[in-house]
Amino acid sequence: MDYFNALALIINFIVIPGLTYGSQLALGALGVTLIYAVLRFSNFAHGELMSFGTMICILFTWLGQSYGFSFSFLPTALLFVPIAVIFCVLYCIVIEKFVFSFYRKQKADPIITLIASIGVMFLTAGLIRFIIGPGDQSFNDGVRFIFSVRDFKNFTGLEQGFGLKTTQALTIGITLFLSISLFWFLNSTKTGKSMRAFSDNEELALLSGIDPNKVVLVTWIIAGSLATFAGVLYGLDKIYKPFIFLQMLLPIFSAAILGGVGNPIGAFIGGYIIALSELIVTFAYKRVLGYILPENLAPDSMMQFLATDYKYAVSFIILVIVLIIKPTGIFSGKTI
Amino acid sequence: MNYWNRRFTVFSIFFAALFIVGFFQSWNVAFAIFNICIISAIMALGVNIQVGYAGIFNAGIMGFAAIGGLAAVLISHPPVTETISIGGFSILLCGLIIGLVVTICILLNTRILLSKITRRLLISLTIIIGLFFINFIGSPAVEQIESFEPAATGFLGGFGMPIIFSWIIGAIAAGFVAWLIGKITLGLRSDYLAIATLGIAETIIYVLKNEDWLTRGVKNVNALPRPVPYELSLQESKWFIEFCERYQFPLVETSSIIVKLCYSSLFLTVLIVLFSLFEIALKSPWGRMMRAIRDNEVSARAMGKNIKARHIEIFILGSAVVGLAGAMLTTLEGQFTPIAYQPLRFTFTVWVMVIIGGTGNNYGSIIGGFLVWFLWVEAEPLGLFIVEFVTSPLNETNSLRVHLINNAAHMRYIMMGLLLLLVLRFSPKGIFPEGK
Repeated sequence: MDYFNALALIINFIVIPGLTYGSQLALGALGVTLIYAVLRFSNFAHGELMSFGTMICILFTWLGQSYGFSFSFLPTALLFVPIAVIFCVLYCIVIEKFVFSFYRKQKADPIITLIASIGVMFLTAGLIRFIIGPGDQSFNDGVRFIFSVRDFKNFTGLEQGFGLKTTQALTIGITLFLSISLFWFLNSTKTGKSMRAFSDNEELALLSGIDPNKVVLVTWIIAGSLATFAGVLYGLDKIYKPFIFLQMLLPIFSAAILGGVGNPIGAFIGGYIIALSELIVTFAYKRVLGYILPENLAPDSMMQFLATDYKYAVSFIILVIVLIIKPTGIFSGKTI
Repeated sequence: MNYWNRRFTVFSIFFAALFIVGFFQSWNVAFAIFNICIISAIMALGVNIQVGYAGIFNAGIMGFAAIGGLAAVLISHPPVTETISIGGFSILLCGLIIGLVVTICILLNTRILLSKITRRLLISLTIIIGLFFINFIGSPAVEQIESFEPAATGFLGGFGMPIIFSWIIGAIAAGFVAWLIGKITLGLRSDYLAIATLGIAETIIYVLKNEDWLTRGVKNVNALPRPVPYELSLQESKWFIEFCERYQFPLVETSSIIVKLCYSSLFLTVLIVLFSLFEIALKSPWGRMMRAIRDNEVSARAMGKNIKARHIEIFILGSAVVGLAGAMLTTLEGQFTPIAYQPLRFTFTVWVMVIIGGTGNNYGSIIGGFLVWFLWVEAEPLGLFIVEFVTSPLNETNSLRVHLINNAAHMRYIMMGLLLLLVLRFSPKGIFPEGK
């Protein structure tokens, strides 16, 4: 019977990784949901946008490193995120001008715009593989841990402990900062309010003199920046793989739908729910139960609900349950 | 009927391109491309009846094709008697439990007496208890099966029947999965269906990759029996040697072309049968009803049509055709490789085929399947050619040039994306517009 050790295990293997991964999903889902709310289509190219921003960041990081730049104990890549954001936003605006604006002005069926976004996805995926290649890239050069499991054990004297990676703390911190700024922007500034009005009722917004082009432009700027941050943080925390971003579409869309498509707070919370449930369902509870239960009851098997490989399937199961029980999501409604 | 001119011209262009490949690269390559072109055309036909007749967006084509591939393995691979005697009974028991759980859930769901919350609680409880039993009975059996000669077998094998049967079984299995997913999502908005089908496809691939006792996972299943003769047996048979000598054909190359021609004729038969059926369906009252539902759901509902049921019907039909094509693809390749199922290669490329050919037109799906697959294969040499041309002023060992040449194969994604965007923008009806 040792609750502290069990707690430390759970924090190390579920809470911290879950919050990190949840932050990355939340940033992605916020972008998807904003585009849905304002531009009214599901953007299948969002994963590739994340990948595109990350690729630019990696290229500039390499360039910077070759000139001897570094950011003391933080990853050098952070210095170059603003440049990557600018490039990614420019790319978004080019796409908007050449592809999406046509369908928006035509008031095309959302499915047609969705198919156009698949075209953009193909194009972006090709560009990325053409420029940086299909292989894995690791670009994290900062200090690995703020405090490691061993530090924690030495400090507290417990058998088990938890560590905090620099990238994990950065991911959670930056996500909180970005989301709070976004909510403040949507609720308090004039542009943010006009975006909400435009999303709520397009005709009425146009009637009250809101410039649709400005609203669309701001939406793409926000979506592009969030996508770049999400991709870079994911790449720093794990590794950059061009093909992983297509797989991440599923948890991102599940998070957006779970929270209610078009609702930013929903998308934010949805990201964390999806990430935590993935880890809760695929974690092996053998050691935790070994600490909590009396010795004669300790389990022999792994006590795992699902194999770790089914991580992504969990988000699909959640998606199906949401679609059956409450298709409008937790925070129903399509307003921002 | 001046549409025929257009059809004739476009198809001639395709066959001329194929002829050029045969003449300049090799006839073997040309027939290999043509075989997969036919399979792609069948997949495109299946997707076309979903999107063209009914306006349903299915983003899970990859999953349905993989189910067809699994059917090919399970039908044709000889049973592995040792593993069946070790764990066959437990696996069977697990299957029975799954069947029982599904039946109980369906029964509980149709009982109107209970309140909504009680029903949901009971259903969740049934599923959890079922999972517990499956875990308890299944895991040890799975472990034993997978540890039996993992390099050679380590899975249960199949039924050892002719692989042709799997085409039908694959279609039925894919149709069943489509029914399940359609039940859940077809009443909702169209984007939800797209995302849910994307999810089911990914989930199916995870299962195929990880359940080694069923599919050998990433170790692949090789050497599935063929429905056509083997090259080696042709090369050894007397009549074939005489045939080659009489016409001065090279023995080895001719044998492999003959094998590919046998496949082509099998696939073409399927394509022609399906095409005729779909053309009849399109012109029948059923086809008119489907188009009426697609064009104006409200009036169709007012006329007393059950829209959700019709949508499920056509979703099952289209997915079953994709399953059939998936089984054919595995038959052609003779091996089942779960990692080969990539959404860009299957799902979204088939979409490009349907859009380029023209949604709602069966001729369009066929030519779309032919042309896009041809481009997909030929994009690699073409991309290499373009890159070499553009970078020719650079030095042979210039790192940028080497890098670009190494990545030239990825030009095909750029090409697909541009093609899709351009067609969607400037000729949204495709090569053959609907009804023409």
